[in-house]
Amino acid sequence: MTATVADRLTLGSQATTPPRRKRSGRSTLLTVAMLLCLVYFLLPIFWLIVASTKANEDLFSSFGLWFSNMNLAENLNNVFTFQNGVFVHWMVNSIIYAVVSGLGASVLATAAGYAFAKYRFPGGNAMFTVVLGAVMIPLTALAIPTYLLFAGANLTNTPWAVILPSLVSPFGVYLMRVYAADAVPDSLIEAARVDGASEMRIFLQIVLRLLVPGSITVLLFALVASWNNYFLPLIMLNSPELFPLPVGLAQWQAASAAGSGSQALFSTVITGSLVSVLPLMAAFLFLQRYWQSGLGTGAVKA
Amino acid sequence: MAAYALSMPFMIAFTLMIAVPLAYAGYLSLFKKQLIGGVSFVGMDNYARALTDASFLGGVGRMALFLVIQVPVMLGLSLLFALILDSGMLRLQKFIRLGVFLPYAIPSVIATLMWGYLYGKDFGPFAQLAKSLGLPAPDFLAGGNVLFSIMNIVTWGFVGYNMIVMYAALRSIPAELYEAARVDGAGEWRVAWSIKIPAIKGALLLTTIFSVIGSFQLFNEPNLLRVIAPAAIGQDYTPNMYAFQLSFVNQDANYAAAIAFLLGIVIMAVSYGVQLTANRKEKAS
Repeated sequence: MTATVADRLTLGSQATTPPRRKRSGRSTLLTVAMLLCLVYFLLPIFWLIVASTKANEDLFSSFGLWFSNMNLAENLNNVFTFQNGVFVHWMVNSIIYAVVSGLGASVLATAAGYAFAKYRFPGGNAMFTVVLGAVMIPLTALAIPTYLLFAGANLTNTPWAVILPSLVSPFGVYLMRVYAADAVPDSLIEAARVDGASEMRIFLQIVLRLLVPGSITVLLFALVASWNNYFLPLIMLNSPELFPLPVGLAQWQAASAAGSGSQALFSTVITGSLVSVLPLMAAFLFLQRYWQSGLGTGAVKA
Repeated sequence: MAAYALSMPFMIAFTLMIAVPLAYAGYLSLFKKQLIGGVSFVGMDNYARALTDASFLGGVGRMALFLVIQVPVMLGLSLLFALILDSGMLRLQKFIRLGVFLPYAIPSVIATLMWGYLYGKDFGPFAQLAKSLGLPAPDFLAGGNVLFSIMNIVTWGFVGYNMIVMYAALRSIPAELYEAARVDGAGEWRVAWSIKIPAIKGALLLTTIFSVIGSFQLFNEPNLLRVIAPAAIGQDYTPNMYAFQLSFVNQDANYAAAIAFLLGIVIMAVSYGVQLTANRKEKAS
């Protein structure tokens, strides 16, 4: 048995990489079946694009999954001018909250993950276990007391109320610990120590470079989490000009569903939704390398 | 010491943003705001009240039902797609992989707005199709259906994410592990069942536990659908919605804290149960 495996090993290494791709033939039937499944995942997005091009009346009078009279420019104009252009505030807020939270979370997680992976120190394992356990704490268990504490410190209804809690990513620390354990060879650290480099210098000048791909993955996930966040800004913020996109759009949607005023808001909400998903979809398309490998890092070692 | 210097910034943030609020929630849950006489210590009274509170228990039960149906469907699809991608039998691999994943890039709030319109009777395409065929429009937002409609939104958003996690794990299996089985005549399904799936136990456990945690914490989707289906979705539809309502509408943060704590205990117990079952299966095999 061992011999066979060993034989395969050598045979496998002679084949072109990756070897297993060559074995099974490509199946048109399977491809067609998967493309049919894909319709389910892409149809709502297609609907969103189609609906964004329609005037409010046409939403009701024309078939939802095909184009009618082109009204995209008018819709976009409505999105950006409604309520004195508050949508622009929401976009800027979403970007600021996501970028600041993402960068902060990534820096904190990178340093801590490396420390947990490469140093044995009293309390280190205990701290890491506690951090991992925090993944299970329900949102509201934290959000309600955090709101009360922030209210006491006059932090509610400020950008900090949304940013500060988002700086802590326990899963990011876990990911970075797994990543650092593999990406940073112990011998490299030893060699630098022998050369007399201080631990801080080793981290900043040697290790950090090796950790960058992992850090970018954590950055991406913290960015997405913050961009998608609804609950925290919903409870922390009162002023519409501080809202991020999800909270603002949800408010418009509630107004349109209630039929408040004479304005027909549906087309504005729909077009606003399309505008607000485009940046993230573009980011995912262009940063495929990072999220695909990054998602794996945590899973493989779990 | 360097290790402390490196881990301290995170640990300080962790303490301030997670440990302190959590301890404060625990503290709050032991008190009660009286109409007369202000706040008084009531021990475990809030917890006792929660355990007989139909709103809380109903919400937890609904989430358990959600979990039992939605999580297996979602993870089953993710695993199937991941195995198909990994088999290398697909044309248009990259396109399909990206297409299934794309809904993950859409915030759940916007996904819910979108599906809300799609489900709707006014200009939802399903209602339009039914009407043109002379059939009654399907009511996705009726009381008995709305939980399944929410399951659909969550499934739509997360199949791709879980698929990528599993696919990444599959890709890291050394090829020689199943080259031998193939030479011995095992088909693609046999290899998947006997070699690939056992090899990615870790990823399967991780995705299951995250899905369990996510299910019990459901908030965004039902809270937004409530706007268009207030009759079908009450303010206590999920435990998180109930806690939110208690603390921000009823101004009863003490009881809300107890509810949130109990929910945390339920989540930990179920996650632990999942892990135990997984470990036992591993030992048995």
